[in-house]
Amino acid sequence: MLKKRIIPTLLFNNLKLVKGINFRSWRTAGSIMQAIRIYNIREVDELILLDIAATNSKKKVDLELVEEIANECFMPLTFGGGINSIKDISELLKAGADKVCINTAACEDYDFIYKACKTFGNQAIVGSVDYKNEQNENIIYSNSGTKKTKLIFKDHLLELEKIGVGEVIITSIDKDGTLDGYDINTLKLATTMLKIPVIASGGAGSFEDMLNTIEKANVSALAAASIYHFTKHTPLDVKKYLNEKKIPVRI
Amino acid sequence: MTISKNKRILVVESEIGNTGSVSRAIKNLGYDPIVSKKKEDIFSSSHIILPGVGSFDQGIAKLEKYDLKNNLIKAADEKGIFLLGICLGMQMLATTGYENKETKGLDLIPGTIEKLEVNKSLRLPHIGWNQVDFNVSNKLITDIPDKKDFYFVHSYFFKSRFKKYEVGCTNYGMNFPSIINKDNIFGVQFHPEKSLKFGIKIIENFLKI
Repeated sequence: MLKKRIIPTLLFNNLKLVKGINFRSWRTAGSIMQAIRIYNIREVDELILLDIAATNSKKKVDLELVEEIANECFMPLTFGGGINSIKDISELLKAGADKVCINTAACEDYDFIYKACKTFGNQAIVGSVDYKNEQNENIIYSNSGTKKTKLIFKDHLLELEKIGVGEVIITSIDKDGTLDGYDINTLKLATTMLKIPVIASGGAGSFEDMLNTIEKANVSALAAASIYHFTKHTPLDVKKYLNEKKIPVRI
Repeated sequence: MTISKNKRILVVESEIGNTGSVSRAIKNLGYDPIVSKKKEDIFSSSHIILPGVGSFDQGIAKLEKYDLKNNLIKAADEKGIFLLGICLGMQMLATTGYENKETKGLDLIPGTIEKLEVNKSLRLPHIGWNQVDFNVSNKLITDIPDKKDFYFVHSYFFKSRFKKYEVGCTNYGMNFPSIINKDNIFGVQFHPEKSLKFGIKIIENFLKI
């Protein structure tokens, strides 16, 4: 049986691991390589690494860092941050990324995402969707949550699937870093609408919440950051709990 | 780790594979692989790994573009060089593929590549860790426990013409072969290079054959 993936997300900025609340109030959470080594020893299912400063400072993900990480990790690695050309993706995949996560460029240029899926295969392209709930509407934001777009949540997701992304990671900016639970209703809406796998992100705070999100929203994977950085819980603890509750996970 | 001097390991370079990840895994085992598409490198190797991601028709088109299709068939079929196909690399070993359009494969192991038939509740692509059940013993799975999880990413599967070549199988809405072997030719549908220690063990087992 296919297992539900439990994925630590690592956000970084100049080799410093960071974590914020609602995409703001960034605080340092240690060195990136140190965190990577620990997750490698713990044999996590997969890692998502996002350079949160890349898009807004117009720089690229550090390829040497990607290589250094890939040399130590024999698990699927997804990198994101500032990707807006076929060359960017090609370099990242060559450096050791298995998938790339694209947010801002996916909001601005569907044609680029289409070309990326055709060139590298849909398995290599993860659509990243950040949203805030404003007056009962889910509004899509780009540029690490700093820029409001005119995109409509449902339409944007359906378009990304149609273009060919292999999966989507959906992050509630309102929930991010709060530890008070995933936005289950919105995630459920997404999984009902889409046929590709959905990765839940933003707000994971307790084992019960993680169980609820899998059971009620039927997501394929749970991404989380704060719960692993700022509580004593590890991805393995989460999986042991879910396993007791009869959720298929890789132990 | 002892480095074996008499193994000449080639990772096929064809623009469609994650050659970086595969060669990293091999280096981690203490071997020194070369990444190449040259004819002379293919024929002078003892073990060839054919990685691949993307669609069947595009994969075969790339192999044809660099004359790799003919050279790999000769190397594996006539010279008996050990060959391991990974993911799309495994699928390309089949007779015919039906992704996007009908395309002739390398025809090294009889079979066709068809879309996974899953009901509406299951998502495609099939992405993530899933269990491999062993049907028979095989050198490729030495010291690997039965029913362990490996990392998969695919929407098409290898429909083997003969059951006897199916070493391991996996279930995702249907049963499909996830490890195949015929003589000196091997294929795995999952990504061993991304499947932590048991995945790396599969690569090691292959290189030790």
